[in-house]
Amino acid sequence: MNIFNDHKRLYLTAGALFTFLTYIVVIMPAFENQYNNLPLPGTVPLSGDAKAGKLIYIAEGCVGCHSQQVRNVEMDKMFGSRPGMASDYANIGRTSIWQNTATLMGTERTGPDLTDVGNRQPSKDWNLMHLFHPRSVVPQSIMPSYQWLFEIKENPSKTDVVVSMPAEFLNGKTGKVVAKKEALQLIAYLQSLKQTPLPDGTKPLDFLYKKPVTKDSGKGSSVGTVDGEALYAANCMSCHQANGEGLKGSFPSLKGSKVVTGENLELYVDIIMNGYDARADYGVMAAVGTNMNFTENEVAAIINYERSAWGNTGKKVTPEEIKKIMDFVKIKASASN
Amino acid sequence: MKLNKKIPIALLLMLLVSKPMFAQNATNMIAENNSIGMWILVIMLVIPIIVLIGSLYLNFREQLIKNKQWNNENQEQHFYDYLKNLDKNQIKQFIKLKSKKCSGNCKEKGNCNNNKSSILILFLISTSGLFAQNNFAAEKESFFSQPGIIITIVLMIVPILLGIVYAMIKSNNALKVYFNKNKMGEAENFAAFIEKSEDHDIEDMLVKRKESLDFTLTNEELSGTEKAEDTIGILHNVSDKHEVHFTALKKKAVHKPSLAPDISKLILWYFGCAVFWLVVGTGIGEYLGIKFVSPDADHISWLSFGRLRPVHTNIVFWGWASLAMIGLGYYVVPIVSNAKIYCIKWGWIALALTNMMVVLGSLCLMSGINNGGGEFREYIWPVMALFAVALILTLANFVMTVAQRTTKEIYIANWYIVSAIIFTIIVALTAYLPFWQDGVSETIVQGYFMHSGVGMWFTLYTLGLLYYFIPQQINKPIYAYSLGIMAFWTQIIFYTIIGTHHFVFAPLPWWLQTVAIVGSAGMIIPVVAATINFTMTFKGQWHKVSTSYTLPFFLVAVVYYFIVSIQGTAEAFKFTNLIWHFTDFTVAHAHLGFYGIITFALWGGFYVVIPRLTGKEPPQHLVGVHFWLAFIGLLFYTIPLSVGATLRGLMWMEGKPFIDSVVLMFDYWLWRAIGGSLMFVSHLVFAYNFYKMTSKEVEEIDVKAEAFKILKKQLQ
Repeated sequence: MNIFNDHKRLYLTAGALFTFLTYIVVIMPAFENQYNNLPLPGTVPLSGDAKAGKLIYIAEGCVGCHSQQVRNVEMDKMFGSRPGMASDYANIGRTSIWQNTATLMGTERTGPDLTDVGNRQPSKDWNLMHLFHPRSVVPQSIMPSYQWLFEIKENPSKTDVVVSMPAEFLNGKTGKVVAKKEALQLIAYLQSLKQTPLPDGTKPLDFLYKKPVTKDSGKGSSVGTVDGEALYAANCMSCHQANGEGLKGSFPSLKGSKVVTGENLELYVDIIMNGYDARADYGVMAAVGTNMNFTENEVAAIINYERSAWGNTGKKVTPEEIKKIMDFVKIKASASN
Repeated sequence: MKLNKKIPIALLLMLLVSKPMFAQNATNMIAENNSIGMWILVIMLVIPIIVLIGSLYLNFREQLIKNKQWNNENQEQHFYDYLKNLDKNQIKQFIKLKSKKCSGNCKEKGNCNNNKSSILILFLISTSGLFAQNNFAAEKESFFSQPGIIITIVLMIVPILLGIVYAMIKSNNALKVYFNKNKMGEAENFAAFIEKSEDHDIEDMLVKRKESLDFTLTNEELSGTEKAEDTIGILHNVSDKHEVHFTALKKKAVHKPSLAPDISKLILWYFGCAVFWLVVGTGIGEYLGIKFVSPDADHISWLSFGRLRPVHTNIVFWGWASLAMIGLGYYVVPIVSNAKIYCIKWGWIALALTNMMVVLGSLCLMSGINNGGGEFREYIWPVMALFAVALILTLANFVMTVAQRTTKEIYIANWYIVSAIIFTIIVALTAYLPFWQDGVSETIVQGYFMHSGVGMWFTLYTLGLLYYFIPQQINKPIYAYSLGIMAFWTQIIFYTIIGTHHFVFAPLPWWLQTVAIVGSAGMIIPVVAATINFTMTFKGQWHKVSTSYTLPFFLVAVVYYFIVSIQGTAEAFKFTNLIWHFTDFTVAHAHLGFYGIITFALWGGFYVVIPRLTGKEPPQHLVGVHFWLAFIGLLFYTIPLSVGATLRGLMWMEGKPFIDSVVLMFDYWLWRAIGGSLMFVSHLVFAYNFYKMTSKEVEEIDVKAEAFKILKKQLQ
């Protein structure tokens, strides 16, 4: 065959074929998507701190272990309320003249996806502790500790943000852990990571590969299908810990807590749904339930788990009674806003 | 004769029975409520029993008929047949008997039945395996999808089957005892016949027969009695000393006319830099693996996992593999073109630029300057631009060399190598030049870049090297040019379009994802074509693998090329994306590919080329140590990681809390660190071998050579 004896023809043909295919599957769709997708109307642009925090997120290579994409498959539902769409990334431009666009979608989940982490884990106190030493709040974590974003001061000034860190995580150093500007910026970025709600009336994409529906789930009210322990592990454990004892000075203990075992169910549900900031000796709790769109079944399952774990004893609740209280506290919360 | 016919029939039956068996079992595991499957299993159970009973019956009947016929025939005729077939000792005894006229015993034996029974047993044993597969099929189906139940049933059936086999052996023996009684009578008659016989013709015949049987060879018929002498110089390195070898001796490198010293030096510098980066890059990788097990190993920002991970991957990509590949290219491209390299200076510039890129890039990444997250695209463009210039220089050099070739055709290796450089330049330009990539378009380009980086640079180039080294080391032309042509064009068509399969279910256009998945399936064509081409080149020459210290490396590369590429196709499907995407399965796959294919092929190339350039060979046993440590390390690294990642993906699908899946991985990450350590140690051994092949250390002088040098001087 002649083409294989003529280097000009061979290499030009191969190069042309490759360029043509590159145009079809890369350049053309890339342009098309770039100009045909606009950010959602509700998109909140990053604040100055969050922007600086994103640069730190990029510099530290967080994308190596944390993705930022909710795929339209059922198993990704734990990371966001709806599948991601091209519009979610439409407002991300080139980082700088030297650096490329960072959609930070990622290809690896050694750690959890962070698309919606601003809703899932908004607590600043938790994030500071976690950044300084991840194992102080999540004992099983293998995340690196970012101690260079903090400094240790003997006498922090009033404006310093002090992290209450147990002495065992200070490597024998004495003094107070103070967050540097960079740590606060990074946390501002993490707190800003929230899925933008779709405009009213727009139906989100379906999650595919739904789990096969088991026969008894049709009965509706049965709590048995919702695993309270798993919900606790996914949503509460990072602060209140697996043993329910919390962390002294940061997160209150649920073991023997009056709120958990007591009679005031309204307060209990209110805290789960709308967060809590009544005690100066502990950090602020975010509106976990509202952020995660808990259903009455899920809230009931969590309450029943917390009331029966770690030696706690308390009355079991049913989703029906929780439903009533949830409706009530929702009105109360919107009224107080 | 009848016996021989029966064996293949029995084997065929076994195959026919066992094949659908296995298939059925596999499907049965998946489809639990399949009553057709149950019926097929029952039939499968019945067939071997019928076959067994049938063969037993036939055997029995045949024996009976034979026995009957035997008894009906004239006994005297048998005796004459026996006499014709007596052996030496028997004849001796016969003659002794006849000459002394005294009584004696004659023995005879017909030895056929034993064999038959052993074949029967063999058949029984092999069918017992079928029973083991089979019998639990009769159980309730939902039941025996449970591994515990399967194991229990198999354990219960094994002794029962052994009992049946034992009973059959016994009954067969009883049958033989009965037939032997008849034969014993015949033997007595025969002995009596011999004793009484006065027939001198028979005696004469037997005496004559003994003479012919007594003939033996002297063992000197061909060689004669003269001493051996090598008059035409076939033997070399003759040694009378015999030492115990702890390792198998491999063939030495065949001496080839040496290359010009300037090109030799350039290639060795490429290799030396590559070896340095291999040790550094994998040392960092090893440290990263340890960080999974011990996350608090250090708290230094420059050494944190997020910054160091791309340092590791980029060093092994550009520093190790790319430099090694280009270095080998400087050997292969001119040799198959039968021309000199066009410009050696460009080679030196490209080498310096690539090294600069790796140093600068690593420093940038460690200080926190990166490109914003795309895998393999972590170096910022000013750094990557150095590599682009290096590639353009290399391309120009290689194309000009091919243009100067003195052969008519362009050898297949050069299509791959030169095209790989052309494509990589296009890939780099597309991914780095456009400042336009915003939002999702960045991700589309990213999928294309990281995949083409692997497929168009490393794989294509290494395939080109294999097309030279494998035929050259086997000393046999490549099996088929046509397969090479098909693999070449289909590789371009399919590999280019499949980048998006790294982002299945991501918010990218669905048609692009579909194209990527279809293209991934299409990759089977070039992969199978190339694998066939290489294995058919190996065909008939497999013995050379065990006597060569380079071929095992190439063989591993070919085997992994097939395995990893097909695995890549499987990973691209939608369902497998659910289980494996985002897990360490991808990490294991990347290491299987990059290490198993690329690195092993490059090592093979090093061990071929360097002895040709320097005239020094590596210590053979250390090449063995290098090979096995790397190979076993790779298995330790990838197999546990794949298993753990699969379990992790399944956990995610079940919706278990994320942190549980982290805890699950602890043991598998430990295994990864162990495998990684073995791999790293093998690189140290390799670096030592490289040193031994290239060092200018003082060598022991060859007394013969020196003596003749002295003589030569004296003559002048």
